[in-house]
Amino acid sequence: MEFIDYYKVLGLTKNATEADIKKAYRKLARKYHPDLNPNDAEAEKKFKEINEANEVLGNPENRKKYDQYGKDWKHAEEFEKARQSQRQQRSSQQGSQFQGNFNEGDFSDFFENMFGGGGRSYRSRQVKFRGEDYNAELHLDLMDVYTAHKRTLTVNDKNIRITIPAGVENGQTIKIKGHGGPGMGGGPNGDLYLTFVINNSTRFKRDKADLYLDKEIDLYTAVLGGEITLETISGKVKLNVKPGTQNDAKVKLKGKGFPVYKKEGQHGDLYVTYKVKIPESLTTEQKELFTKLAKL
Amino acid sequence: MTKEYLISITQFCTHHQVEITFINTLKDYGLIELIDENDDYFVHQDQLPRLEKIMRLHHDMDINLEGIEVIIRLLQQVEEMHNEVTSLKNRLRLYE
Repeated sequence: MEFIDYYKVLGLTKNATEADIKKAYRKLARKYHPDLNPNDAEAEKKFKEINEANEVLGNPENRKKYDQYGKDWKHAEEFEKARQSQRQQRSSQQGSQFQGNFNEGDFSDFFENMFGGGGRSYRSRQVKFRGEDYNAELHLDLMDVYTAHKRTLTVNDKNIRITIPAGVENGQTIKIKGHGGPGMGGGPNGDLYLTFVINNSTRFKRDKADLYLDKEIDLYTAVLGGEITLETISGKVKLNVKPGTQNDAKVKLKGKGFPVYKKEGQHGDLYVTYKVKIPESLTTEQKELFTKLAKL
Repeated sequence: MTKEYLISITQFCTHHQVEITFINTLKDYGLIELIDENDDYFVHQDQLPRLEKIMRLHHDMDINLEGIEVIIRLLQQVEEMHNEVTSLKNRLRLYE
């Protein structure tokens, strides 16, 4: 556990006034507040540090203790014992209070060691009525979202069974109502925001519900036309290649793409790009025939 | 609208220790919608995250309601842009 210089966190010196602390906290909070920096883990971490520094320096009692024992926090234990017995007396008189916005894990070990859990009376104004929202990522393969299926997830040691809709997109977030943190004072639970990270290891490229595939065909089929077998995402199909098909020519196979999200039974299209393969090592006979062709 | 999803403003204000006038001001600014049922005001459960966010912006950062209005609008734009970036990133994979 390392000593934390709370003055440095707020960009202040030890002789800062209460007004300086308040001003510095507000300035930094505006910069790093999680509401203003959604999905930014670095900003959230920074905000917690700022908040912790304000918790200590913004409270005259905590600040005094920090200034007195800060750098030598290990010796604060005796001080803390005396303080705890005072606090126990107080809490038995006052009854239990709501906690603030932050959980135990939101404070550093240094803070917990020095101030315990009782130093956070500051935020008691902000009682959480509704539970905290949780954010989680679910990693799936593309084929996992080709059909809707049920899956059991473990969120904070609780198993929840959800239906993953077919056609969900990479990076898409869905809200699962009531599976966030528990509400307080009879309030509703928070929600779980689940972001899908979809790994595509198939031969298909995907754009929403449309799929794209490169298909190699030989020169003779491209020139003369013919029938080929194509492996789509839903199985094999036979495809007629027109005579005189050019390299990079595209054909659309209607309804052979990916399921359309939340539209049961609807599928996107499959776009096949023909890649004409030019023979590389010709036999003498083939070479002669190509030469003959060229002279015709 | 099902009543179980409605939260009484009086109850909300008691829990959060805020004045009802503050909630009414938010309504006047068009920042939240209140539901009037038999002269009792309620907020829908879906509006709670927004309402709590507004309160945090106001109390934690001392931002006035005009500022909050701008922030909420900009955050919505950020979210829309974030969704667009995700969609464009997915499309970009076609060319990789």
